[in-house]
Amino acid sequence: MQLEQQLRDKLHKKDILLMTHIVLGYPSLEVNREVIKQMVENGVDCIEMQIPFSEPMADGPVILKANQDALAAGITVTDCFTFAAETVQKHDIPFLFMTYYNIIFKYGEEAFFKRASECGLKGFIVPDLPPEMGESFLALAEKYQLSPILIYAPTSTDARMQELATYGTGFIYCVARRGVTGKKSEFDQDFDSYLARCRASTTLPLAVGFGIQSKEDIEALKGKADMAVIGSRTIRLVESDGAEAVGPFIAGLR
Amino acid sequence: MDQKGFFGNWGGAYIPEVLHQTFQELKEEYARCRKDPDFWQEYLTLMSTYSCRPTPLTYAENLTRHFGGAHIYIKREDLNHTGAHKANNVMGQGLLVKRMGKKRVIAETGAGQHGMATATMAAKFGLDCTIYMGEEDVLRQRPNVFWMEKMGATVIPVKDGSRTLKDAINEAFRDWVTNVDDTHYVFGTACGPAPFPEMVAWFQSIIGIESAEQIMQYHGKMVARVYACVGGGSNAMGIFKRFLDEPNVELIGVEAAGHGANSGAHAIRLSSPDATPGVAQGYKTMFLQDEDGQMKHTHSVAAGLDYVGVSPILSDLWEKKRVRFESATDTEVMQALDITMKQEGIIPALESSHAFAGAFKEVGQLAKDEAIIINQSGRGDKDIFTIAHAFDDPSWKKFIIDRGMEYSK
Repeated sequence: MQLEQQLRDKLHKKDILLMTHIVLGYPSLEVNREVIKQMVENGVDCIEMQIPFSEPMADGPVILKANQDALAAGITVTDCFTFAAETVQKHDIPFLFMTYYNIIFKYGEEAFFKRASECGLKGFIVPDLPPEMGESFLALAEKYQLSPILIYAPTSTDARMQELATYGTGFIYCVARRGVTGKKSEFDQDFDSYLARCRASTTLPLAVGFGIQSKEDIEALKGKADMAVIGSRTIRLVESDGAEAVGPFIAGLR
Repeated sequence: MDQKGFFGNWGGAYIPEVLHQTFQELKEEYARCRKDPDFWQEYLTLMSTYSCRPTPLTYAENLTRHFGGAHIYIKREDLNHTGAHKANNVMGQGLLVKRMGKKRVIAETGAGQHGMATATMAAKFGLDCTIYMGEEDVLRQRPNVFWMEKMGATVIPVKDGSRTLKDAINEAFRDWVTNVDDTHYVFGTACGPAPFPEMVAWFQSIIGIESAEQIMQYHGKMVARVYACVGGGSNAMGIFKRFLDEPNVELIGVEAAGHGANSGAHAIRLSSPDATPGVAQGYKTMFLQDEDGQMKHTHSVAAGLDYVGVSPILSDLWEKKRVRFESATDTEVMQALDITMKQEGIIPALESSHAFAGAFKEVGQLAKDEAIIINQSGRGDKDIFTIAHAFDDPSWKKFIIDRGMEYSK
């Protein structure tokens, strides 16, 4: 089933969806496995799994360190695919890959799409691949029916948002603020008018990420966005309190 | 450069969406400057009054005699204000920043020369300035850190990854996506997302324009070869650009072979089979990376050449075989530096010494009525700690120990 439809079906039952982020191989695939289980059992609707990259330009200190530690521990792209295939089999929610373009480019674009499709993944988030640079990537997304998740930023003009929307499927990822992942965002009036601009430019569901940390943050997004993205927050939680703390945290968010 | 920022198969602009708008504005302002003859005139005036342009072309009579081949000329970018070619690019971008009305500049730096130049420009133009520098380079290039801070810049040591130039670039991008509204990223070399490679090469092209005029005046005909060291590639593009349309001028880029081309500890992107095509830091080029696309650690005695990627313009010229690429090891570089100091009383930077080492290997085989130009991209006195260490100089060591004891009292 297509990603957008899957999310819309879920939206009939919930007033806001939850997407979470894990860095594959950090601290280990073992722990990733347990964290994902806790996330799914406590109602997470969609999970983005990051294939680590040595130069994660758009990520803040928490995810940057997670990328570096996972690579130091020896994670490979092949490991990530094997893990993805196993995970998609086990859990009945959509899974995406998030990574930087070089990982895909080096693997071979078509080989990467083919393998991802075999694994049952639903789409890709690639923060350093604007559509201008992704002509063949977008064509392959269409061919393999995987969703290229396009990204909006507060600096995107209305015209730019409309342009981006023509390339995206599944949902649009709205970056809540300028900056990198993991820092707190202010959900003020400017933010509301930004989200209103996002909403006006596309019919796709809107996911909001970057700096969402608490039940209050998610409450504030209800009615304005379709999905909240929790990224660095659960990585920090696993670091401080272990994988078993993730379930109760997720359960307390909605 | 084509519409999408490519040079043949290389380049592009692989940037996060948050920077899209600011790149639009940068591209528009850059295009206006390219079309405006007053802009280039303002640039030339600034460079001749604030820096030392035109820089001399020095005839190296003793080196020429020593090697017994072609006449050796040295383009003296070391005599620029702040001691390297970096000022050419930085002052140009400074004029651009003034036009765009931004109040803050950031930059990455490897050897510290680009950071120095940016801190200087920021002081002169009244801009806030933050410099990102790999922690390892902060240790290697302490004197430059001192001067940057004295000129009012904030220097942030980058502790991620290999703690060198590429990590400083990542961190500068993280700053930029956070402070994009009031900040311009003064990219230091002819790499990164378009329009940086072409823009930086444009500002640096003044090196080659002057060199061509000077060589005609002193030597009476075109040179046979031009040598430049290649890290990111800005000094090389700067001197090569003017000669690209001179079919009889051979252009040679010298990369850092570190401990040797087969050692795994080098920074050779184009003259060894170790690098492969990739996309990182906003552009597509030949990168030193593993099979998964993870960047490898590089090594060079010269911080400014210690980098995983290379200018997409140079990758294109390499692919089209217009520029030949060679490399020089740390040891060969120290020898070239030693002989240049003793024969000519000139101290090239460790980066520039790679170009000297590359030229010295070949110049003896050229006819005596030919000439070559070596681009001395920077001065070596900034490297005093590294050079003294490499020469294992006893009197310098004693000085450091004595001074250390004095400070620890």
